[in-house]
Amino acid sequence: MYRVAVIGDKESIYGFAALGLDVVYPENTLQAQEAFRKLTQSNYAVIYITEELAEVLDEEIEKFSYKSTPAIIRIPGVKGNTGKGMMNVKKSVEKAVGSDIVFNN
Amino acid sequence: MATKQVNPTRMELTRLKKKLATATKGHKLLKDKRDELMRQFLDMVKLNKQLREKVEKAINEANKNFVLASASMNDEALSLSMLAPKQEVTLEVSSTNIMSVEVPKYKINYRTADTNDMFCYGLAFTSCDLDTAVSSLSDVLPDMLRLAEVEKSCQLMADEIEKTRRRVNALEHVLIPETRANIRYISMKLDENERSTQTRLMKVKDMMLKEAHGY
Repeated sequence: MYRVAVIGDKESIYGFAALGLDVVYPENTLQAQEAFRKLTQSNYAVIYITEELAEVLDEEIEKFSYKSTPAIIRIPGVKGNTGKGMMNVKKSVEKAVGSDIVFNN
Repeated sequence: MATKQVNPTRMELTRLKKKLATATKGHKLLKDKRDELMRQFLDMVKLNKQLREKVEKAINEANKNFVLASASMNDEALSLSMLAPKQEVTLEVSSTNIMSVEVPKYKINYRTADTNDMFCYGLAFTSCDLDTAVSSLSDVLPDMLRLAEVEKSCQLMADEIEKTRRRVNALEHVLIPETRANIRYISMKLDENERSTQTRLMKVKDMMLKEAHGY
């Protein structure tokens, strides 16, 4: 049985705890790396990460793009939408097709 | 032009001919696979885009509510109210096969029977903004999980498409032309050998006739 985790700054994600997702709010980069590593090694099928934190952990996240679990999904934080999540979708289109034919902007 | 050294023998020729047949068949199959994957990927990615737009919008809305909630409650009370969640989400992961790509499928299980039963705090000491925030977040959760499924599928498929495309190109532009050139080279060489044997025999025959009858 797999679980779902959310990682990011506290203001953005504390609400997810009420829904029964596991929330982790690391305070600095080192803690974030450690927490992220722990999450990926335990029984989580989906890990949501705020776009801000994803920026910091970009390298680590990239490693999991080829594996079927866990799925690491960027979500906008409380400070607003940076568009990084959408960029990622765009990137996979570019990888598959060679050029961006879905977004066109 | 044969770039590698090949033995101009009949055995090598049959071997190369077999290799060419396999390569051509493989090329055709891989090309079909790539086209089908691409078709499915484009549908999937469009869905991914729609879902993402929807989810991002909903999360932004929920975040606004959470900001309102945290404005009207102090930090300790807020942390306290989230301390003991009633609801728990677990996933059953199965995988479906799309053109040999293993794509995850999630089945959501909630701990409590009613999915709306998620307020894990007393209503007396919390602001009503928190209720709105939590319920708006709970509404978006199924979509978020669907997004995770679709986005992961897209990533995996993009990877597979890239690989398949490389293979198709390698077969089409390297292996098949090279094998063709080698086959051509061997058959030319064999023909040439045959012709030289023929002329040698003719020459020997002439010499022998000359010796026997003095032509």
